[in-house]
Amino acid sequence: MVTLREVSVDELRHLVSERALTGETMLLNMGPQHPSTHGVLRLLLELDGEIVVNCIPDVGFLHTGVEKNMEAKTYQKAEVMTDRLDYLNPIGNNLVYCLAVEKLVGLDVPPRAQAIRVILAELTRIASHLLWLGTSSLDLAAMSTFLYTMREREMILDIFEMCSGQRMMTTYVRPGGLWRDVPVEFEAAVRRVLEVMPRRIDEYERLLTTNELFLDRTRGIGVITAEECVQWGISGPVARAAGLKYDLRKVRPYSGYEQYEFDVPTQSDGDVYSRYRVRVEEMRQSLRIIRQALDKLPYGPVRSNNRKFVPPPRSELGVSMEAVIHHFKLWTEGFMAPKESVYAAIESPRGELGVFLEGDGGPKPYRVHYVTPSFANLQIMPLLTRNHFIADVVGIIGSIDIVLGDCDR
Amino acid sequence: MAKANTEILEEAVRVIKERFGASEHRFRDEVTLIIPPENILEAAQTLKETFGFNVLIDETAVDYWPQQTPRFHVVYHLYSMPHNLILRLRVPLNGNAPHLETMEKVFPNANWKEREIWDMFGIVFDGHSDLRRILMPADWQGHPLRKDYPLGYEEVQFSFNAEEIDRRKPYAKS
Repeated sequence: MVTLREVSVDELRHLVSERALTGETMLLNMGPQHPSTHGVLRLLLELDGEIVVNCIPDVGFLHTGVEKNMEAKTYQKAEVMTDRLDYLNPIGNNLVYCLAVEKLVGLDVPPRAQAIRVILAELTRIASHLLWLGTSSLDLAAMSTFLYTMREREMILDIFEMCSGQRMMTTYVRPGGLWRDVPVEFEAAVRRVLEVMPRRIDEYERLLTTNELFLDRTRGIGVITAEECVQWGISGPVARAAGLKYDLRKVRPYSGYEQYEFDVPTQSDGDVYSRYRVRVEEMRQSLRIIRQALDKLPYGPVRSNNRKFVPPPRSELGVSMEAVIHHFKLWTEGFMAPKESVYAAIESPRGELGVFLEGDGGPKPYRVHYVTPSFANLQIMPLLTRNHFIADVVGIIGSIDIVLGDCDR
Repeated sequence: MAKANTEILEEAVRVIKERFGASEHRFRDEVTLIIPPENILEAAQTLKETFGFNVLIDETAVDYWPQQTPRFHVVYHLYSMPHNLILRLRVPLNGNAPHLETMEKVFPNANWKEREIWDMFGIVFDGHSDLRRILMPADWQGHPLRKDYPLGYEEVQFSFNAEEIDRRKPYAKS
């Protein structure tokens, strides 16, 4: 007989106010099946009438033990699990893992692969922001935006499918480069996105930016200051909306971001509306980066020539014994990494996404830890929601753009 | 003229080594300081106030089982926003049920990260305000990311043993 134990209010005594124990305020459970919690987030709200006194996030419903599983796989095979973490940013998850592996074993990446990585990472950012824009405005009852943003997101997913054969779980970025070169149709498809998107972004802005109903629901809601962002380790659009000009692509460039010209949009109010403005502007900046990267996309190989870490191309297997040996060794045993640890980080659509990777001299990672922005962002929910109406909680969850797969891992 | 960022890092490393008995390890331009557990709080405080390491990027742990001394390392990544530097701190902990002082007083966002470490590794943080499990269910037994915790698997059922396996499967029975 299995007994399931539920957390009692007694255990949460230190998190709620005195009045909750006497029954003066009400404890309300929101989620994990609530449609506007963007996944399986559960919030325990302490309410005084309609005002939120305390908010206790309960995460872990989507915990899949990815970090534990990765320890049992070789470096190449473990990468497949990284797509499943932040399912709106699969390329970014691959990229940061590959950057960590490359740093650990000291692997070079050819310039063409780096440029394609940047293009795809920025396309992912746009796709993620589009989904965010659609769903979070849907939470605030702006129905039509969702339909438009999903239409544009489809164009970007088609490009991923064209490159990798998958719309979402791409595993396209590999240690030492890419899985394969992009197809010939790639450039035209990306140019089409570049051509269409600026107009469409203006369209979304016409729907929302000066919309009286949208402004009422977003201005002055869920305010966080720049100092609090530093204190709580918040990065990404949430921090930039509070006036913190902090973007990893600028301060610690990776994959050649230092070659591209772009601005880091910031706002000063730190409320839901500022976060909306920052993300919309970020999409425009991403388009700028993609245009530059595509214009000077270098020719050449997309994989490192270091055969100890990167499998040889298919064409060599028939003619070179050495290639066969390398192929066999890499796909059965894997490559060895030193007994050291590294940290690599990228700017994901939600903030700083880092990987702490430790090797033990063997072919499997000894410890992989994903430092995820959603985890950090959810931690400040009590701060953001205090003294707001319960209806605004929905808007605030939307504005910090959480992905529960990213948070729970 | 202001000091270059690398000079500040070198100075921070020197001060922490002298004052807190830390040892240094470098790999691919990343600096790791190994600090004895009793000094970690003060070392972090010093780094935050004197050298501008004002962001706790991450706090996690590594299990070196079956080795017992140390069995665990708690790993901190500190970031200095004014100087754009990253420093890694490692705290070795001995034994199967180690204790460490909480970092919450210095960096409030250590709260959830330490809950996760408690949940996954069973390291107790003394003085923590809310040490509950965070990712695993509240009634979970064991700490999954420990190396002596097996990677779970589904037993394959054949017609000859289906009922036997069914009896010990952990789901609700009628």
